[in-house]
Amino acid sequence: MGRIQLKQVKKSFGDVVVIPPLDLEINDGEFVVFVGPSGCGKSTLLRLIAGLEDTTSGNIEIDGEDATGLPPAKRGLAMVFQSYALYPHMSVRKNIAFPMKMAGMEQAEQDRRIESAAKALNLTDYLDRRPGQLSGGQRQRVAIGRAIVREPSAFLFDEPLSNLDAALRVGMRMEISELHKKLETTMVYVTHDQVEAMTMADKIVVLHAGVIEQVGSPLELYRRPRNTFVAGFIGSPKMNLISGALAAQMNVHTIGIRPEHTTISKTEGAWQGKIGVAEHLGSDTFMHIHGIPGCDPLTVRAGGDVDVKHGDTVYVTPQAEHIHKFNEQGLRINETS
Amino acid sequence: MARAITKQKKIMWTALAWGLGLLIFFPILWTFLTSFKSEVTAISDPPVWFFFDWTTENYTAVLERSNYPLALTNSIIIAVGSTILGIIFAVPAAWAMAFVPGPKTKDVLLWMLSTKMLPAVGVLYPLVLVAKWLGLMDSRILLIVILMLINLPIIVWMLYTYFREIPGEILEAARMDGASLKSEILYVLTPMAVPGIASTILLNIILAWNEAFWTILLTTVNAAPLTKFISSFSAPEGLFYAKLSAASIMAIAPILIMGWFSQKQLVRGLTFGAVK
Repeated sequence: MGRIQLKQVKKSFGDVVVIPPLDLEINDGEFVVFVGPSGCGKSTLLRLIAGLEDTTSGNIEIDGEDATGLPPAKRGLAMVFQSYALYPHMSVRKNIAFPMKMAGMEQAEQDRRIESAAKALNLTDYLDRRPGQLSGGQRQRVAIGRAIVREPSAFLFDEPLSNLDAALRVGMRMEISELHKKLETTMVYVTHDQVEAMTMADKIVVLHAGVIEQVGSPLELYRRPRNTFVAGFIGSPKMNLISGALAAQMNVHTIGIRPEHTTISKTEGAWQGKIGVAEHLGSDTFMHIHGIPGCDPLTVRAGGDVDVKHGDTVYVTPQAEHIHKFNEQGLRINETS
Repeated sequence: MARAITKQKKIMWTALAWGLGLLIFFPILWTFLTSFKSEVTAISDPPVWFFFDWTTENYTAVLERSNYPLALTNSIIIAVGSTILGIIFAVPAAWAMAFVPGPKTKDVLLWMLSTKMLPAVGVLYPLVLVAKWLGLMDSRILLIVILMLINLPIIVWMLYTYFREIPGEILEAARMDGASLKSEILYVLTPMAVPGIASTILLNIILAWNEAFWTILLTTVNAAPLTKFISSFSAPEGLFYAKLSAASIMAIAPILIMGWFSQKQLVRGLTFGAVK
């Protein structure tokens, strides 16, 4: 079991309110990702759940029981830190064994769990090394190993991949996702990278200045962002948000169109502009188009290689069914899907 | 691109470094040489360098004339005792300041350091009065306490900087892993802090060993450490350079040897791949 409920949880440091009272429900077995720009309070929220920070007010319930005042060790949660936080003076084996040793588990059971964790994480050959002798990816696996041997009711990940290089990050992302499928344990994962959020999450919680902007599945957030912040944050490249005359034509304050929901032509279309930068990736072409009022530059994505270059005049037509509309407060209006 | 260093430049810098090193080492070398000369050779002008009749008579004379073993024992007890006492007070202080700093922590640290700027002579008279009143003049316990107090700011500062280098996330990880405060200190913090504590102990023993102001002024015979032992050879009967040198060599030899063997420990840092 691993059901976590936050009820009116608030955190302030002195006079500064980092997280105004919020409610959130994390169901058993769910992979929940907290995502948002740096300083949005996502790590603080995770640390509140972990018990590493005290809540200013409100309650945290784990599996229906009030855990607000419990120390981290008593909450039955395991955490993987951004810096791995391995014990440098212990071998990999002892690092992984540490939480079991603290729990006073039998030696035979400890060994069995270490072996199986090491096998699952490809660490068998490294068990007698020190963390200092391992690569970044291996250290991260040790940290995960240390977390899984306890069989916690939920895993907490605090930006675990941000110290790894890009190629390794993609690999580890898959490994963590597979681990979740296999263990079916609740995972709460903090990241600032919306790609990680989109690819791994069952449920994404978008945070901005300590406030939950939207909660939903990756595709819900992609298809129906609740406001302009979520619209701009989820999706890569970012959604184009256009205000002014073009939005006024549709009687709204702002319209949003994703780069992939446009068609481009050299001869005709709704909006005319000039190519600023064209990025040819082979599989896709990203074009940054200048001269369209209310949005400069407008980003357009076209599949395959499109024969355009800097300075070309092009026409962009948004796909009508994919236009998002927002009011003065930046809130979504006029349900489209 | 690596910086190009010409061979000539390298030779020049090497020579300069050795020259400076020798210059700093020279007094010790000279003391060492003098300790093996006769009193007459020791004051000869021009000085004799290596070609004289090497003799150990000074050492014999020094050992006969004064109680070297007692002075050595006193030095060891005072240096080690004041260090241990200092560590007992400084570890919790440095721990608190490194891991649970308050708004005034920095000020407290600076204030502690500022006490090192007070001239020792300024408190000599009151201290002597207090010591006399307590009947502690010429006692080891008095010197242990005074040297501990003198070096405490430095011990706290050193430990504080070492503790600060231990990443907080590792302690949090231990907490998440179910460690109680006791286990956290025993299994995680202490092993990581040991190199830092060891360096602090070594350095402080050296500082206490070399302290000459209080040790000379507050002792006569019973608690007199090696510093007093040396100074006693420069006194009443006029200067005996060779014997003074022999006494000095005997006084600095133990600490020099200790320092030599613990060089690595003294300069060893704490970082060994905990965090990225």
